[in-house]
Amino acid sequence: MANRDHVDASPSRGTALASEHLSRVVGEKALVNEISVEVQVGEVLAVVGHSGSGKTSFLRLLNRLDEPTGGIVRFNGRDYRELAPPELRRRIGMVMQAAFLFPGTVAGNVAYGPRQRGQALTAAQIGLLLQRVGLPGYQERDVSNLSGGEAQRVSIARTLANDPEILLLDEPTSALDEDSARRVEDLVLDIIRERRMTCVIVTHNAAQARRVAHRAMVLKAGKLAAIGLTNEVLQDV
Amino acid sequence: MFELLSMWNHQVMLGMAQAAAAVALCLAVVFLCRRFAVHVEREAAFSLARGFLQMVAVGVLLAALLHGSLPIAICILVGMTFAAAVTAARRAPGISRPRLLSFCAIAAGGGIAIAVMLATGTLTSDLIVLVPVGSMLIANAMNACAQAMERFRADVLAHVGQIEAGLSLGADPATTVAPYVQSAVYASLLPRLDMLKSLGFVWIPGVMAGMLVSGASPVYAGIFQFIIVAMILSAAGIAGLVATLLMRAQAFSSAAQLKFRSEIPDSDVHEKPVLLHHNV
Repeated sequence: MANRDHVDASPSRGTALASEHLSRVVGEKALVNEISVEVQVGEVLAVVGHSGSGKTSFLRLLNRLDEPTGGIVRFNGRDYRELAPPELRRRIGMVMQAAFLFPGTVAGNVAYGPRQRGQALTAAQIGLLLQRVGLPGYQERDVSNLSGGEAQRVSIARTLANDPEILLLDEPTSALDEDSARRVEDLVLDIIRERRMTCVIVTHNAAQARRVAHRAMVLKAGKLAAIGLTNEVLQDV
Repeated sequence: MFELLSMWNHQVMLGMAQAAAAVALCLAVVFLCRRFAVHVEREAAFSLARGFLQMVAVGVLLAALLHGSLPIAICILVGMTFAAAVTAARRAPGISRPRLLSFCAIAAGGGIAIAVMLATGTLTSDLIVLVPVGSMLIANAMNACAQAMERFRADVLAHVGQIEAGLSLGADPATTVAPYVQSAVYASLLPRLDMLKSLGFVWIPGVMAGMLVSGASPVYAGIFQFIIVAMILSAAGIAGLVATLLMRAQAFSSAAQLKFRSEIPDSDVHEKPVLLHHNV
């Protein structure tokens, strides 16, 4: 179980992900407005803000699920448009607010990502991933019979199966009940520490941001309102 | 002109009397409905009058073009395809260039079926044969195209989460919507498959009935009708498949981003999202 008081100390050196004047404008509405931020290797950055502040829009730009209308994103120092989108998204994994599992078995979902590039996970590999997310023996379960918390764990295992370098988390616990939310949060925190993963997590929960993130950035109406150490930025929230 | 006048003198007068009898039965049904508070008087009267005038106009046009050449027949069929595309395009709001997409799908379905029938000698290039049979193929291709577009669009909009989850896991766009391509094509084919299954013992379609009335061999009339229905199935299948694949191509940007979705993520919504289709 993770120590819930603090995240690990400083991340490694080197920039894993950087946005430079990143913008997305739809019609006349600027969903994301000129955001420049760097995420260090091994760092956990929380993106916080009220509903409608542009948190999810910003996150979707980071794995190019949406196209920026201005600015660029650098992944390991390179403009991410130099990578084919499927390759980019494999390396920058994303866990969404809802699990959105594919019909079928848990094992089929976990094996989905590697299968896209012609790799077949062994039963043992799938078993290990499921064990890691606290679902041992769930391989042949039909996803329609899972609880919300279990489904989100499968979603996490499915993303980890791609062995991503960076993890994007879009309010992964907001659709869960309180107990499930805490368990999933613990799981995410353990995995981030264990793998020393670079992570950007969107949350509207300041307490959760304090528990999981080294730094936090606050968005207001699509603009970067503040960024810094989590406890400093969120001290009044 | 002589032929027209001749027809008017003989068959047309008889047809008018028979049509009057048919209308009388329709009106009786309308009045029966009225007794049960089902009021379709105005709609039925309007539809009957419009249908009668339309069919008389088509008959007059076909009679006038009876000896028309293949190019004229092709022009008529292209016009029908265009009209069908306009109709089918209404079933796919929110996509770009729906009429062009529908036209391509219907032209592919109807065109290939007609070409095969001409090549095998099933159809002659006479306008009086080509246009009625071609119109059946085009009409069914139109229905299949509309059904496929409607189904694909609805399925994609209902599964945005799964599709984007697939994209986020590194899947290519075609893989993420493969189940919805299958269901759209199947939905477009299903009515035609049912038609083929019930052929002969549930219904004897118009072409066979017409051939029997005009004295053709019942066996040949049956075989010919089977060919027509098989070609309708082919035309519908091609139209449904082409329409779905063209829509699939439109559904994603060149950077593998789903375009058939709200532009603003649910959690970033202040106002009701609107479905857009701009290129990114």
